[in-house]
Amino acid sequence: MQVNEWIFIGIFFAIAWIFPAAPIIMAQLLRPKRSTVAKMETYECGIETSGDAWVQFKVQYYLYALIFLIFDIETIFLFPWAVAYNQLGLFALFEMVIFILLLAVALVYAWRKGALEWA
Amino acid sequence: MIEFLVNQGWDKDVATGVALLLGVVAVSTFGLLWIILGIWVERKFAGRVQDRLGPNRTGPYGLFQTFADLGKLLTKEDITPQGADKVIYNMAPLISVGAVLLIWAVVPFSKEWIGSDLNVGALYFTAVGSFGTLAILLAGWGSNNKYALLGAFRVIAQLVSYEVPMVLSILVPVLLSGSMSMQEIVNKQNIWYIFVSPIAALLFFISSLAEVGRSPFDLIEAESEIVAGFNIEYSGMKFGMFYAAEFLHAFTICVLASILFLGGWRGIGAEIPGVAGSLLGFVWLFTKTLGVYFLLMLIRNTVPRIRIDQMMAFNWKFLVPLSLVNLLVVAFVGKILQPDYVGVTAAATASSGLLSLVYQLLGPNLIAEIPRAVVIFIASVILWWLVSMVMQRYAIFEHLKAQTLVKEYKPYSPSPEQPTSAPVPSAGR
Repeated sequence: MQVNEWIFIGIFFAIAWIFPAAPIIMAQLLRPKRSTVAKMETYECGIETSGDAWVQFKVQYYLYALIFLIFDIETIFLFPWAVAYNQLGLFALFEMVIFILLLAVALVYAWRKGALEWA
Repeated sequence: MIEFLVNQGWDKDVATGVALLLGVVAVSTFGLLWIILGIWVERKFAGRVQDRLGPNRTGPYGLFQTFADLGKLLTKEDITPQGADKVIYNMAPLISVGAVLLIWAVVPFSKEWIGSDLNVGALYFTAVGSFGTLAILLAGWGSNNKYALLGAFRVIAQLVSYEVPMVLSILVPVLLSGSMSMQEIVNKQNIWYIFVSPIAALLFFISSLAEVGRSPFDLIEAESEIVAGFNIEYSGMKFGMFYAAEFLHAFTICVLASILFLGGWRGIGAEIPGVAGSLLGFVWLFTKTLGVYFLLMLIRNTVPRIRIDQMMAFNWKFLVPLSLVNLLVVAFVGKILQPDYVGVTAAATASSGLLSLVYQLLGPNLIAEIPRAVVIFIASVILWWLVSMVMQRYAIFEHLKAQTLVKEYKPYSPSPEQPTSAPVPSAGR
């Protein structure tokens, strides 16, 4: 039974791209094609584009990504625990509390260090 | 379905394949058809909120407006900017729609109608949903445009951050039902989880609002700041696909919210086997979803956009700690009174008279879950009271800080010898 379910997902993965692709291909056939040099330029407030698109950006984005990574992995560990929660005893519960608290300390550390400030 | 085809003399494997294919097409067509109607609903609603009529020219009540827009988008010239990474640029709209469509594979429409009842459904839809984030990064990176790239960075920061409280709030239904399968979560939901853990439901709603980039978290679009964000260089149908994906995503989270917290397809008569019960279940699910969607539209049309620093602070300093604490509270309090299904069923069969009637009316499973639900609900209320106390303190603190800032504020004066407080003699008229 479970294999069938995954086959469904597999077919879905194969087909899901066709639905958005069909109108785009249809538009390709219907649309006018009169491109000029000015039209193909990237948009920048209506003036000529200056410089590269790879500009400097805030280092803050990296910090958020790193904190996210910690919590994302944490939630992956939490899922199996939550599924088995009804069968688990108090010991497993306390273990998970310790696990969450360890990560909460990480969040507090990041907070105190100012990693969460949008400066 | 499979049995029917086999009875017609088909090969078993071919029949299974065809049935699965039809299922896929049915599920995704439903999603796409809803876009066409739903965009009209949304525009009409926005019109009414803003005291105007909304679309009313094309067809009766403007019902064909979306088709007219579709026709317009189809015949628009499609421009790929120079220097764009062609493969990535063209892949992004496909992924963004595909990611949302794939979520519908695990949505249980009724007791019997479900695309695929995966035993990791809850994990599946979070995983597939984050493909959308990838699509946005591809779009921003592939367009070779500064605004697109900056917009994409913002969006990634937002989506990635709000995924944490969302997943943590999904854990609460998973924990209460003891399963990640969407159908199982609905089946075990004798008491709607919004009444068991209202905080989790609220957290899920807020963080998924941010996930789909709806106001007040619509920094994704931010037309007044970064032109249009990540999809600035897209035109024609490719832009239309981003629009459709965003719209369908907003609807999808409403479906997910009603499945996880509002009992999904459950309602009066939805348990009847056969097509009638399934249809009723579908109607129930859709009614609940539209209820959530109404709330979403109301928020979108009435709440102003928040600043990006406020948004990130709100997530990391409020939603994430609260969702962690809420999860722990639910886990701890839920252990105090585990539902005793066997005992209550035995009591139900042993009971007589009025009591037996009550048992039959509500079902023994629901009665068994009541003690746990009440305890967790009370704990949630206490938690919310504590949180509001902390917020009150914080608000007072901020207010005092602002007051001292106002007191210490000196207006700028060009020469320190002559402060501006002294009245400058006017030269007369």
